[in-house]
Amino acid sequence: MRLDILPLNTPATIAEIDWPSLGTAAARRLKAFGFEDGANIEALHFGGIIAQDPIAVRIGRMTIALRREQAASITVTPQ
Amino acid sequence: MNPAPLIVLVGNPNAGKSALFNALTGARQKTGNYPGVTVERHSGRLILPDGHPVELVDLPGTYSLEPASPDEQVTRDVVMGVQAGERRPDGLVIVVDAGNLENHLRFALELIALGLPAVVALNMVDMAARDGLTLDADILARELGVPVIPTVAVRRRGIEALCEAIATLGPDQRETPRQSARAIAKAAIIAETPARVVTRSIDKIVLHRLFGPLILAVLLFVMFQAVFAWATPFADLIDGGISVLHDWATTALPEGIFRSFLADGVIAGVGAVIVFLPQIIILFAFILILEMTGYMVRAAFLMDRLMAGVGLSGRAFIPLLSSFACAIPGIMATRTIEDPKDRLTTILIAPLMTCSARLPVYAVIIAAFIPARAVLPGIGLQGLVLFGLYIAGIVGAMAAALALRRSVTKGKGMGFMMEMPRYQMPLLRDLLLGLWQRAWIFLRRAGTIILTSTIILWVLLSFPKTDPASGISQIDYSIAGRIANGLEPIVAPIGFNRDIALALVPAMAAREVAVSALATVYAIDGGDGGATEQSLVQSLRTSWSLPTALAFLAWFVFAPQCISTIAVVKRETNGWRWPIFMLAYLFALAYLAAGITYWTAVWLGL
Repeated sequence: MRLDILPLNTPATIAEIDWPSLGTAAARRLKAFGFEDGANIEALHFGGIIAQDPIAVRIGRMTIALRREQAASITVTPQ
Repeated sequence: MNPAPLIVLVGNPNAGKSALFNALTGARQKTGNYPGVTVERHSGRLILPDGHPVELVDLPGTYSLEPASPDEQVTRDVVMGVQAGERRPDGLVIVVDAGNLENHLRFALELIALGLPAVVALNMVDMAARDGLTLDADILARELGVPVIPTVAVRRRGIEALCEAIATLGPDQRETPRQSARAIAKAAIIAETPARVVTRSIDKIVLHRLFGPLILAVLLFVMFQAVFAWATPFADLIDGGISVLHDWATTALPEGIFRSFLADGVIAGVGAVIVFLPQIIILFAFILILEMTGYMVRAAFLMDRLMAGVGLSGRAFIPLLSSFACAIPGIMATRTIEDPKDRLTTILIAPLMTCSARLPVYAVIIAAFIPARAVLPGIGLQGLVLFGLYIAGIVGAMAAALALRRSVTKGKGMGFMMEMPRYQMPLLRDLLLGLWQRAWIFLRRAGTIILTSTIILWVLLSFPKTDPASGISQIDYSIAGRIANGLEPIVAPIGFNRDIALALVPAMAAREVAVSALATVYAIDGGDGGATEQSLVQSLRTSWSLPTALAFLAWFVFAPQCISTIAVVKRETNGWRWPIFMLAYLFALAYLAAGITYWTAVWLGL
């Protein structure tokens, strides 16, 4: 399942990240935030009132905001 | 004598680095700039327990040694010893958030691998404990091969131990850690419970789909109320002080060139800017508190969707909010935007946010031309017009962003990616320090530019001297007057007269100068010498038509005329290209907006 369609408050693990589709800058930043295969992840909040964008996710012990566009490059497996 | 050893504080954003820096150096701080780049350099002096001084530098927070923004580039260059204007550091204090060990250790390991003498400050251990984390600093020190000191910067805990560790820093023979950040963090964490219980429960409310935006709207409303309501007594006080100083200069000095220069030029000109200090301090107090608590990132998160609609990101919200006080700190705050095109677009639209210098201009014109009657109970027409002008600025900025994003700053942005830190109680000491630094930057920067331009304007208005027998007024005869007469044909189509043209020239220095310039013009024309606001309102009513007044308001929504802003844009974009572009597009917009307003108003028969 892609991270952008992962329901809120559903613990999951990152199965695969499509790094090339993210671009260098975004990929580098996500790596620094701890996005890697096997990391635990959970979507917590949506930013928009109507659109479900951006998404606040918990990764490790951090909360990171990212847009659906980037989240679509991340495949997760709900636990 | 050898200079004091240079120790740099380095670590991830949100590791509590600045609080640690403040705790270590207290008020003994200096703020400067690195040469060639617009990144601030914070340095301070620290006296070690053995009596030796060291120079401590707080480097911009960064996630890795691969820089993504100008700030991060400086951090990388300093620790690598290649930053211009900085010595190679003699040691590193690596600041790590104890509650976010796994992530922050990643960067710490990169830094340790550089081989410089280093100590790790395991900061915010109290928050980690509150978060249910039990850490073993000894295991961490063994795994990392460098001393690890648990600290709580905001409570000044562990500061002495850290100073001692800095004092004993030296070249050591250590092995580079071989374990991964994740493995080391796992080894050092003795016990843990689910993360961030407090922060997550606050987020459940402030990031709620309905309450979240509502809370943000209320906060912004209270903030703007405060800026205008709370600042007035202080601004009046400063205004009074400037009048006293002005009167004193007028009576104490003999009539002549020097008195006119000091009283009308220097005191009146610089005073016109200092009056805005209370508003700026109140607005910044709000912004700093929102930043220090960690709420600002949530606001950016809530605004991202809206900003994305015009091709910007939520990150642009913070600088644009600052621009309501003054575009200068707003433009400086764009440094945190990583994407260069996002940042440029934000810089270019920042002057459209209604800064506090427009307020006196709006206030005088509204007082003169908009009747003080109620539209609805409790809602006056004058207030409504003022609100409309603010909205016009915001809508203009959004439209400009949309157009810019499709033309000059075209291209795919990197989107919106931000760490949302834990909530924290702000410390009064850090707040006051931050306010003082911002107030000082504002006064110094605006002060020097305003002073210079005021002197130039005064010279242009005072020379050459007219012959009283000729019957030509000093203003018409002066260089400034001749410039205004030359400008008149250009601005006549949009309903502006020569007096407005004359006021627009000095308003380049600072918008609010337009008011005092008009006051001077009508005081001289009327010959009664009364340049008070009341008589200015009377003069405006008799010499301007309503369409002209409305066009003048529309002009000021868009006009870029403040030299300080242009100078800051030049600095922040490293060249004249973008400030000239900004000047051109904003003047074109101002001209069009004023023109359309004037023609429509005339057509409607107002």
